[in-house]
Amino acid sequence: MEIRNCVLALILCHAAFVSCAVGLGRNPPTERISGSAGDVLEDDPVGRLKVFVYELPSKYNKKILQKDQRCLNHMFAAEIYMHRFLLSSPVRTLNPAEADWFYTPVYTTCDLTPNGLPLPFKSPRMMRSAIQLISSNWPYWNRTEGADHFFVVPHDFGACFHYQEEKAIERGILTMLRRATLVQTFGQRNHVCLKEGSITVPPYAPPQKMQSHLIPEKTPRAIFVYFRGLFYDVGNDPEGGYYARGARAAVWENFKDNPLFDISTEHPTTYYEDMQRAVFCLCPLGWAPWSPRLVEAVVFGCIPVIIADDIVLPFADAIPWEEIGVFVDEKDVPNLDTILTSIPPETILRKQRLLANPSMKQAMLFPQPAQPGDAFHQVLNGLARKLPHDKSIYLAPGEKVLNWTAGPVGDLKPW
Amino acid sequence: MMKLSALQQSYLNRRPGSFRGAAPLDSSADGANKSPAAVFWLVLHGLCCLISLVLGFRFSRLVFFFIFSTSITTNTNHFMAPFRQLTTTTTAADVASDLPSNPVGDAALNGTRVVVGRHGIRIRPWPHPDPIEVMKAHQIIERVQREQRNQFVVKNPRTVIAVTPTYVRTFQTLHLTGVVHSLMLVPYDVVWIVVEAGGVTNETAAIISKSGVKTIHIGVDEKMPNTWEGRHKLEAKMRLRALRVVREKRLDGIVMFADDSNVHSMELFDEIQSTKWFGAVSIGILAHSGGAEKEKKQAIPVQGPACNASSKLAGWHTFDPQPYEGNSAIFIDDRATVLPMKLEWAGFVLNSRLLWKDVEDKPHWSRDLDSVVDDDIESPLSLLKDPSMVEPLGSCGKQVLLWWLRVEARADSKFPAG
Repeated sequence: MEIRNCVLALILCHAAFVSCAVGLGRNPPTERISGSAGDVLEDDPVGRLKVFVYELPSKYNKKILQKDQRCLNHMFAAEIYMHRFLLSSPVRTLNPAEADWFYTPVYTTCDLTPNGLPLPFKSPRMMRSAIQLISSNWPYWNRTEGADHFFVVPHDFGACFHYQEEKAIERGILTMLRRATLVQTFGQRNHVCLKEGSITVPPYAPPQKMQSHLIPEKTPRAIFVYFRGLFYDVGNDPEGGYYARGARAAVWENFKDNPLFDISTEHPTTYYEDMQRAVFCLCPLGWAPWSPRLVEAVVFGCIPVIIADDIVLPFADAIPWEEIGVFVDEKDVPNLDTILTSIPPETILRKQRLLANPSMKQAMLFPQPAQPGDAFHQVLNGLARKLPHDKSIYLAPGEKVLNWTAGPVGDLKPW
Repeated sequence: MMKLSALQQSYLNRRPGSFRGAAPLDSSADGANKSPAAVFWLVLHGLCCLISLVLGFRFSRLVFFFIFSTSITTNTNHFMAPFRQLTTTTTAADVASDLPSNPVGDAALNGTRVVVGRHGIRIRPWPHPDPIEVMKAHQIIERVQREQRNQFVVKNPRTVIAVTPTYVRTFQTLHLTGVVHSLMLVPYDVVWIVVEAGGVTNETAAIISKSGVKTIHIGVDEKMPNTWEGRHKLEAKMRLRALRVVREKRLDGIVMFADDSNVHSMELFDEIQSTKWFGAVSIGILAHSGGAEKEKKQAIPVQGPACNASSKLAGWHTFDPQPYEGNSAIFIDDRATVLPMKLEWAGFVLNSRLLWKDVEDKPHWSRDLDSVVDDDIESPLSLLKDPSMVEPLGSCGKQVLLWWLRVEARADSKFPAG
């Protein structure tokens, strides 16, 4: 009896202490983020895995970057920054025999048009050439046919290497990457270009630029819904219906005269400041379901309204997106105003508290130099969660699973 | 065949700077050698392209609208564009109002409800805002802003006790309505003490009742004199009267002086919430000459606390009447510059507990209200034994939070009725 009373007292004291700690809390009040993988945003990957970085000739990385420096600023820049991060990270090992994961630094998304959009036509050949190099110079590729290798493919449809969805689906994931782990921005359930075990990452958004546009937090949020961007892509889809599966056009047609919706195609210089004065920020799909708007909304504390059916959001196992954002089906877009106004205010305040959590914002960014809890670390955490490797990925010597000559004929030309 | 391709090429090249246009050309060229139906479609496509070139716009939408538009159901959709590329392996989805059609596509697409291809643009029958939803949205915004204020501006908001001396005259409605609107916008609880010279009147009562805030309307029997000096003295007495009311009723909050012709910024009310006992803010003085002479370009004088380098109160910026010597108004309806006093009451705020009887933790440097003699009060600083204990507000006086203005009409004018 005595001991039980003591234990009860101890438990009560502990509970009181914890609730005090939460109550006194940080300024402003935030909430802890728990995803399906648990409270893993703040995990430290150092010591949990080892990554070996292949030394590829500079024609695969440095020379490409030298040809066009714009690759460092566009939304596909994650592949370059990932390489730089891994080169100086404590998880890097110079001894491939003890490595758990192997990284191939090839910048496939750096062949830009004058407008700044990447052309994916040479990317399959570049990737193929890189893989041929690593499989002939090191034994580790052939050991597993790439199952313990990971690649960063941030392009529109990931490793399908095409910007048009129909073409991308036709191509499918590049044959040689079918066993590797892909780190990509594209994520859509039941889609050819998202394979099982991929790690979805946010697109690159420049952290310094966003930091420099912060406004005082006491500025009242007076805009209800905010969006800036195209509704019709007149150049490529003049009649509408292809672009964004008609969802963006539906937003425009239904809400263009609604004073609660601050939506337009302008490019204001106060874009970041405006997002900080808005309660909801629309993040509809475009040609691909993902968009840097999600990152911007999270950083600026604006609740993201995601209009993209079956989308897989970044780090979906670590971040409970259902609790943070609002998901609207594309078919429900005409009722967007009803949906948003019928959310109880308490839920909205809770979402804002979750967004205010600094570890949430940090997880969406690729800062230079890397900081604890940022997107680089989340990727490593994701890779660490996939360890230890299953024994079945190791192939017998000489055994081949992948068909190296599959795919369009154009891909087989050397790069 | 070649000619058609060339035509298509030239058509596609008309699109400004988009390289994505290259792709459809690719696929259509592939499909040309499939079947007579494909050839027929291709020829039709080419013909329509020619017609469009001649006309100058794509007429396909019009054609299909006229031929295929169906009756409008609850879910009106814009219908599909014409020419499906037969070579694409996924068919364009016909988004009809009832049946979601399942695409005949790749095996890889089975099990997904998301379809590649052209979709309809869903527009509801009445795509305009619904007033009830707009109200709900505003309530949401107000709740969010309240939460923001609680977190970032002030943790425990205190009631604002506004003291306004007034009297019936031509511009009273004009000035007092300004104060009414300012107080209506204040996001905290407000108690408004209106002291009227010449006794309580219905006109004043009518104006202040529109404010929607709790008001205490007191009358002082003395009529307002028609000189500025007399007016300043009487207003000081009226304000003290109001402070006595605060003391009697033990009103709790922050006392600020909202003169009826002053202009208050909303940030003032946020800033005074941080007063501990006695605070001072900077006032901008809008002393104008009434148009009697040409204005010289001068910096606007500011009255308020002055701080030294370590952000501590070091002195006061007061109004210097020297440039206006001999030119200032004496009577209330003079057309000359109206000058403020050295330190205006409006620039001071105090914790109402300073005025209460029998409060334990009242600071020792404040005088009891009962011991104050009416006649020599020029500014609330006389309520303090030690004026150096005043807290400078508004980033140490650098922010001007309210504007002092005195505008009065000629004695014989009347405010327009209605």
